Amino acid sequence: MNRELLDLLVRNARQSDQDLADQLGLSAEAVAGQIAELEAAGVVRGYHAIVNEDKVEDPQVTAVIEVQVVPEREGGFNRLALRISRFPEARSVYLMSGAMDLLVFVEGRDLREISSFVSEKLAPMEGVSGTRTHFLMKTYKHRGVLMDHEDEFEKLKVTP
Amino acid sequence: MSSRSSKSPRERISRVVRDIPRSGIRDFFDIVSQRHDIISLGVGEPDFDTPWHVREATIYALEKGVTSYTSNRGLPKLRQALARYVEAQFGVAYDPDLEMLVTVGVSEALDLAVRAVINPGDEVLYHSPCYVSYAPVILFAGGVPVAVETRAEDGFRLTREALERKVTPRTRLLMLNFPNNPTGATLTPDDVRELAAFAEAHDLVVVTDEIYAELTYEGRHVSIAAEPGMKERTIFLHGFSKAWAMTGFRLGYACAPPDLTEAMMKIHQYVMLCAPILSQEAALEALRDPERDIGPMRDEYRRRRNYFVKALNDAGVPCHRPGGAFYLFPEIRSLGLSSKDFALRLLEEESVAAVPGTAFGPEGEGFLRCAYATGFAEIREAAGRIARFADRLRRT
Ligand SMILES: Cc1ncc(COP(=O)(O)O)c(C=O)c1O
Repeated sequence: MNRELLDLLVRNARQSDQDLADQLGLSAEAVAGQIAELEAAGVVRGYHAIVNEDKVEDPQVTAVIEVQVVPEREGGFNRLALRISRFPEARSVYLMSGAMDLLVFVEGRDLREISSFVSEKLAPMEGVSGTRTHFLMKTYKHRGVLMDHEDEFEKLKVTP
Repeated sequence: MSSRSSKSPRERISRVVRDIPRSGIRDFFDIVSQRHDIISLGVGEPDFDTPWHVREATIYALEKGVTSYTSNRGLPKLRQALARYVEAQFGVAYDPDLEMLVTVGVSEALDLAVRAVINPGDEVLYHSPCYVSYAPVILFAGGVPVAVETRAEDGFRLTREALERKVTPRTRLLMLNFPNNPTGATLTPDDVRELAAFAEAHDLVVVTDEIYAELTYEGRHVSIAAEPGMKERTIFLHGFSKAWAMTGFRLGYACAPPDLTEAMMKIHQYVMLCAPILSQEAALEALRDPERDIGPMRDEYRRRRNYFVKALNDAGVPCHRPGGAFYLFPEIRSLGLSSKDFALRLLEEESVAAVPGTAFGPEGEGFLRCAYATGFAEIREAAGRIARFADRLRRT
């Protein structure tokens, strides 16, 4: 697996195969082939834009929900985690160490939509023994990208 | 009222200073700074910001009130960390108390090194095209600069043959800079061995400016100081400006045998006293895990280099593939313009700033220095514009 190619895609998936190839010293065909392999092997599961919701007209509301779970005799947390994951409202679902068991990122149009998801779908689910909901107030950095363009310090244009 | 005619300020300037021409970089800077919305390939410094942990540690030091002088040689804990780093990275062991001096950039260290060993009239060999300060620093010390041309055909490597043609009984010092500004050239281990043999044969001191050492993209960087017997006659210079993206901290260091270090120290203590303490604290933090900071930047520079070299060669602008630093030095001779005219028209017609090769010595005529210490998107755009410009020149 080409780790450098993967890192480049993670940082910017919109570069052309040719540009990627010229940076890596490969041919465009080789890059296309390697990307196809990464996708086929399920290493690359998709591509998306990093959006600053504060700048969007009707921004999404995000909640981070700690979920406590009663582990099942067989399958541990997996079955329940998958059930939660199938709800489109659940954008990310993680198994955690520590005081909580699952961490669920939920997106919705407003607080009401999210709280009704939690109270009607998530909390009553069999095996869920408790939830704690935190609403996300402002995103400073997401996936390695700062959301605000700070005024950049302008360096000199010609130096020795 | 005195009838004595007084001299103009210009006439009061010392001969040595007056005779040194204005830096070609400064000329070009003045032209470029009139322009906005240009893509600049003209910078000799990283586009990356200094790693945040280094900046954060500097802020903390300032908060703690670390604002005093340090010992002339530099903070002892910094010199100890530097000694460990230089030994691990370059394979030369220096005593942090006797063989190491922390300076205000490699710039100061270059001046100290040359002044410490040159008597008026001594000849100094340096390869050209080269960094802008070499010849002036030699002249300030009363030395005689002797340029040895490096050529694109050799990948701008310095060869013993070229040196043998210029060495005389008055030659005292050899100055080296690999990886090189402005050509990006690096040396092979064999080259380094040859240069060491040359220095020994002619009993020269060697000043080696290895400020770009960590930015080496092919093979391993080899320091001439690590060659058998060379430590005794070598002044090794390094700093934080390039690999750590810390140009504004102004921090460098010199390593040399005790007597040579003491000689440089004599000048340093009176003209500089010490390097800024905050920058020394920053450097200490930068040495915590250098590869973690430098590795990702080096990888990015290498990818940009790969892209840019190919784009220029594909556009019919011949460019050797440099092994280090962050400069390309394409040959534009065949396009029918001098370096300066090419750079001016490229700026005028395509809003791309690159430095004429002649800013780095007359040997740079026919070349252009294009720094790739700028974002990939800009390099991509600039490469396209250079290709378009070259195409236009060929058709007219
Ligand atoms: C070859 C070379 N030596 C020395 C310097 C100056 O470095 P410093 O910032 O450490 O003074 C530069 C900066 O461009 C350089 O390219």
